[in-house]
Amino acid sequence: MEQFLLSLIAGIFIGGVAGYLGTLMLSKKMSLVAGPLGHLTLPGIALALIYGFDIFLGAFPFVVLGIILIWLFEIKTKLPMEALTAVVFSLGVAITFLFLPIEQAEIALVGDITKVSLGEVIITVILCSSVFFIIKKIYPKMVLINISEDLAKTEKINVKKYNFFYLGAIAIIVALGVKMVGGLLTAALVAIPVCAARNLSKKLFQYVFLATSFGAISALLGILLFKLTDFPAGPLIIIISASIFLISMIFKRRT
Amino acid sequence: MTEPILKVENLNVKLEDKEIIKNLSFNVKRGDVLTILGPNGAGKTILLKALLGVLPYKGKIEWQKKVKIGYVPQRLPFIKETPMSVKDFFKLKGASKEEIEKTLNSVGFENSFLNKNIGELSSGQFQRILIVWALIGNPDVLFFDEPTTGIDIGGEKTIYALLAELKEKRNLTLLLVTHDLSVVFKFSNFVICLNKCSVCQGVPKEVLSSETLHKLYGEEVKFYEHNNKQ
Repeated sequence: MEQFLLSLIAGIFIGGVAGYLGTLMLSKKMSLVAGPLGHLTLPGIALALIYGFDIFLGAFPFVVLGIILIWLFEIKTKLPMEALTAVVFSLGVAITFLFLPIEQAEIALVGDITKVSLGEVIITVILCSSVFFIIKKIYPKMVLINISEDLAKTEKINVKKYNFFYLGAIAIIVALGVKMVGGLLTAALVAIPVCAARNLSKKLFQYVFLATSFGAISALLGILLFKLTDFPAGPLIIIISASIFLISMIFKRRT
Repeated sequence: MTEPILKVENLNVKLEDKEIIKNLSFNVKRGDVLTILGPNGAGKTILLKALLGVLPYKGKIEWQKKVKIGYVPQRLPFIKETPMSVKDFFKLKGASKEEIEKTLNSVGFENSFLNKNIGELSSGQFQRILIVWALIGNPDVLFFDEPTTGIDIGGEKTIYALLAELKEKRNLTLLLVTHDLSVVFKFSNFVICLNKCSVCQGVPKEVLSSETLHKLYGEEVKFYEHNNKQ
């Protein structure tokens, strides 16, 4: 029972904050970037599994490396970011399958939140809360930067500084997210609850509140469903999330 | 003689190794209405952005001390990606409720307009909202990138009538980018014709001869002359 509670706490925190962060990522197609970044963490997850340390610690440096590589490639080549992320993430997947034993691949690919330790949960809660407050702090300025960098700059906003905190938040959430849903499904955490929230919102507060709630609720129900069915929790969380999205589409049409 | 509010000397702007603006010099006085005129791709918006300080440049751009600039962008394609009310949008600027309402009223909007969804606004309403955005904080200079001519912004008023009124009331200096010649003649007292380098600059009636326009627009000039006679 205690294990179950631990995984619920970790899941709700990660899911909620990922939804919150996702509201900043939906514009300008940044949600897609979380996918490749998740894939790129696979070698890190593999290392963590082989040597038995926290998956977050394995994943995090690889996300950071991924962000730096994509950013550098973009400056050097001016190719579209989606194309570059494709280059970077396939490399991550390829390297992983060179050395990760196939019987451990499932955790790397679809995650496993149901075996988190107390220590991991404490770290997760601290990290999620920090990210939450960072996002809250930069939120209005980031929305403006997303709308127009020029407009933001004329408001004397230091775009580079804000982007740095924003990317940092993405790195942390992706690295935590892979723990819950694995390297293949992380984009879903920042994209699906947000899409559902957008279908239903007209005001900014509504949008943020719904996205955060949908993220947390998906994790909660997904882990409950795992308890009942014994299917892996990661995919269940995503399926719940997608169901919320489908329901939101029905309501969007009616309004 | 009053000090110019803006001094530009030998301005050069490059974008991805292409020279967009070459050796441009001009001064703007307080209360001027400066129009930047030129064909598509001449670098009008680039010049505006360099003057705003959001693009790197070579040469000198010198604003008078403590000058505040408001910027009305051409369009904001990404704004509809985030659900927002008009109020949410203004909150991003960090202005007080009183100031938002006061400025909103000054361009003829009721306070209830704050609850409208940004996505529901007509293009005329949206342009006026952007003007309100730029006016919050009481700027001395207003930058306006291609005000859409001919759209009805409410009642009979055109965007230019509104700008003229605001200029008088608030003692604004205006910098406009446009390719609408009638606007230049009616509204502005200084024009820079831009096609990479400055083709001409000065008082519109004096410098905008058919010869300079031909130089500026090439084949397009007939259309513009015709437009002007109307």
